[in-house]
Amino acid sequence: MPRVLVLFAHPRLEKSRTNQALLRRFPKHKDITFRDLYESYPDFNVDIRREQNLLNQHDVIVWHHPFYWYSAPPLLKQWIDLVLAFGWAYGPGGKALTGKTVFQVLTTGGPSQAYAADGFHGWTMEEFLRPMQRTVTLCHMHWIPPFVVHGTNLLGDAELERYAARYADLLVAFAEGRASHKHVEGMATLNELMPLDRP
Amino acid sequence: MSSFLSDAVIYLGAAVLCVPIAKRLGLGSVLGYLIAGMVIGPFAMGFIGAEGKDIMHFAEFGVVIMLFLVGLELEPELLWRLRKQIMGLGLAQVALTAVLLSALSLLVGFYNWQAGLAAGLALSMSSTAIALQSLKEKGQMQTDAGQSSFAVLLFQDIAVIPILALLPLLAIGPAHTPVGAEGIDALSGWQRTLLVLAAVAGVIIVGRYVVVPLLRLVARTRLRELFTASSLLVVVAVAALMELVGLSPALGTFLAGVVLANSEYRHELESDLDPFKGLLLGLFFMAVGASINFDLVMARPGMLISVTLGVMAAKILLLSVIGRTARLGPDQNMIFSVGLGQVGEFAFVLLSFIAQLRILDTLWTDTLMAVTAMSMTLTPILMLLTERFIGWKYSEQAIEQREPDAIHGRNRVIIAGFGHFGSTLGRLLRANGVQATILDNDSDQVDVLRKMGFQVFYGDATRADLLEAAGARDAEVLVCAITPEAAPELVDTVHKHFPDLKLLVRSRNRMDAYELMDQGVLHIYRETLDTAVRMGVDVLKELGQRHYSAYRAGQNFIKYDQAALKDLASKRRDTGDYITSVREKIEEQEALLQRDQGHDPAHGDHAWNSEEMREALGKN
Repeated sequence: MPRVLVLFAHPRLEKSRTNQALLRRFPKHKDITFRDLYESYPDFNVDIRREQNLLNQHDVIVWHHPFYWYSAPPLLKQWIDLVLAFGWAYGPGGKALTGKTVFQVLTTGGPSQAYAADGFHGWTMEEFLRPMQRTVTLCHMHWIPPFVVHGTNLLGDAELERYAARYADLLVAFAEGRASHKHVEGMATLNELMPLDRP
Repeated sequence: MSSFLSDAVIYLGAAVLCVPIAKRLGLGSVLGYLIAGMVIGPFAMGFIGAEGKDIMHFAEFGVVIMLFLVGLELEPELLWRLRKQIMGLGLAQVALTAVLLSALSLLVGFYNWQAGLAAGLALSMSSTAIALQSLKEKGQMQTDAGQSSFAVLLFQDIAVIPILALLPLLAIGPAHTPVGAEGIDALSGWQRTLLVLAAVAGVIIVGRYVVVPLLRLVARTRLRELFTASSLLVVVAVAALMELVGLSPALGTFLAGVVLANSEYRHELESDLDPFKGLLLGLFFMAVGASINFDLVMARPGMLISVTLGVMAAKILLLSVIGRTARLGPDQNMIFSVGLGQVGEFAFVLLSFIAQLRILDTLWTDTLMAVTAMSMTLTPILMLLTERFIGWKYSEQAIEQREPDAIHGRNRVIIAGFGHFGSTLGRLLRANGVQATILDNDSDQVDVLRKMGFQVFYGDATRADLLEAAGARDAEVLVCAITPEAAPELVDTVHKHFPDLKLLVRSRNRMDAYELMDQGVLHIYRETLDTAVRMGVDVLKELGQRHYSAYRAGQNFIKYDQAALKDLASKRRDTGDYITSVREKIEEQEALLQRDQGHDPAHGDHAWNSEEMREALGKN
C-alpha cells in the first residue's frame, strides 16, 4: 500500500477559515501521516535527518499550503532547501526519492477563472507551478497537478465543507492505491479526479 | 569641639589622599588605609596621639556592621551547608595554630605554659576585616578559597567567647578585676549558658517578628534617613545585647543578618549600611596603622620583625596543611592560607585582656600588638604578591600553549568571566571553531580550563595590564560576563585603554542595563530577558497557541522591550535619585505594565490574516 505524507505549512492557521475547515475533516487513516511544519519548526530550524527519514517511509508526498504570492510560505521553501539535499535527493548518488509521487494542495483567494491566459493572473496554475514541478522531477519523483481550493475569499460554508470532504477522499484514495500518478494523465488539477458534485 | 573637627579633617584627609594612591598602585584599599594611619600616627607625623586605641575600639564597629552585611547575603540553608567546614576547618585552624605557637613561644623563652597558651590563642585569630574585604574586592567570595576562609573566620568569631572565658583560668598572679565582667560572671555556668541561648533565640524571634514589621512601617513613611536610622538601630541594638550577655557583637549581628537575609528589605539594608561599613572599616584600618608602636619597633627591630615573620610563617604553613586536607587546589590553597595568615583584630581584644590578667607582662603584650598590626599591614602586600604570582604562572602557561599555533596569532575574542553565563557562551564559540581567551579569577576554574586546552588568564579582568596580557590590543571583541557589580569598572578600563575593542556586556537586569547605557555601552545583554521570553513562549504553547505565532510574539516582545528600555532610560533621570532602588524597581514595573497594554504581539502580521481580506472583499 502506498503511504501518504502530508506536509502542511501555514504561518497563521488560527486565522485561516479555509484551512481549518480542510483539517477538521482530515482523515484518520493508518497510512496517512500529517505533519504541521510551522508547529514543528517555529524557529525554522528544520531537522533534516528526521524529515528525510519520514520521506523514506512514505510513497506519496503532499505539500499542503496557501498559494502565497504564486508560491509557498517561507518555511516550506526552507524545508525544500534543506531536506532535498544534494547527493541524497538529486545529484550524483542522489536517488533516495526515486519513484515517489508529489502533489500540492493549494488554497487561493482568487477564483479558478483568474488562473488562465485570458484571466486576471494571465497564466494557468500549471504554469505558475513550474519551479515546483522541476524541483520534483529533478529529485526523480513523479510530479502531478495540484488539488486547489479556489476563491476562498468568497467561498460559502457549505461549499467549503464539500471541498474538505473531497480532499479527505483524495488522500484516502492515494493511501489505498485507488489513485496514483497513472490515473491523472491530461488533468489540469486533481479536482477533476474528485468532482465536487459527486455524491 | 575644634579638636573633633580637626581630627575629622586629619582622618578623612589622610584617607582621601592615601587610598586612591594605593588603589592606583594596585595595592588595594586596605593597605591604603593602613598606610594613612601610619602616616598620621604618633610615630610619624604625630597628628593623632594616644587616642588611637579608643578610635580603634569605636571603629571595630565597622567589623560588626560588615558581619551583619555578610549575614544578609547568607541564607540559612547555605550556612547549614557550611557547618562541616566551619567546625572542621575552623576548629583545626584555631587549635593547631594555638598549640604550635604556644610551643614556639616556650622555645623563645616564655616563663610558663600558661603565658604561652594565652599568646598562642590570641595569635591564632585572623582578621575578618582584611580577609573578607579583600576577597570581596576581588570577587572571590564564591570560590573554594573564599568559602573556606569564611568558614574559618566565622569559627574564630565564635571561638572568641570561650577563649575569653578560659583566659582567667590561665592567670597565676593576682589579676585586675576584668572590666565588664561583673554582670554575667556573677552567674553560674548553666545560668550563663541559658542566658546566651535566650539571647540567640531572642535575636532570631525579634528579627523575624518585630524587625521586619518595623521596617515595613518605617519604609511606608518614605523617609530615607529614617530607614537608615532603623538599619543602624537594628545593628547597634543587637551588638549591645550581645555585649550584655557576653557574646561577640560581631557574631550576634551576623546572626541577625542571616535572619533578615530572606526578608524583602535585604537590599535596602545592604545599600543603607554599606557606606557606614566602609567608613568605619577604613577608620579601623587607620587606627591599626596608627597604633603600630614604632618606638618599640625601632628599639628591637630585629626581634619584632623576626617574631612577625615567624608567626605569619607558622600560621600560613598550618593553614596550607589544613587547606590541603580540605582538598583545596594549590592556587586556591595559597589564596586561603595567605589571606588568613595575619593576626587579626580579635587579638587586640584578647591581648589587652591578657595584660589585665597579667598573664603576660606589658612589654610582651605591646610587642604582640605591634606584631599584630604589622602582620595586618603585611597581608595585603602578600595577597597582592600571591595574586600576581598565580596570574604570572597562568600567563606563562598561556604563552607556552600559544606557541604551537602562533601562525594563527592571538585570539579574536576575549571572554571576561567564565561562570555559568560566560562558559555557555564560550562553548558555543568553541563549537563553532572560535577560540577565545578567557579571564577568570577562580583558580580552580582556571586550572580545569587550562587542562581542556583553553587559553586562560587568571586575575581581575578590570585591570588594564591583565587585559593587555590577554591580548586586548589585538582582539576584536571583548565579552564581559563578570559580576554585574564589577562590569562598569571593566567598561571604564576598556573605554580608556582599548577604545577599538568591541564591547559586549552581560547585565543582570534593567537596572544594570541603565548603568551600562549611561556609560555608553552599545551592546547590552540582559540575562533575564531571553530566558523569560522563551519560557513565556512555551507557556503560550502549552495553552494551545500555535507554536509559530507564540514564537513570533516572543521575538516581537524582545524587540519591543528593548525599545522600551531605551525610552525609559532617557526618562529615568527626572525621578530624582533619593528614591530607593526597590521602590525604583516597582515604579519601573508599573510604567512597563502600563505601556504593555498598547503592545500588539501580532503587529504587522496582517498579511496572513485571510479573515481581514475576506471582510474587505465582502464589503466591496
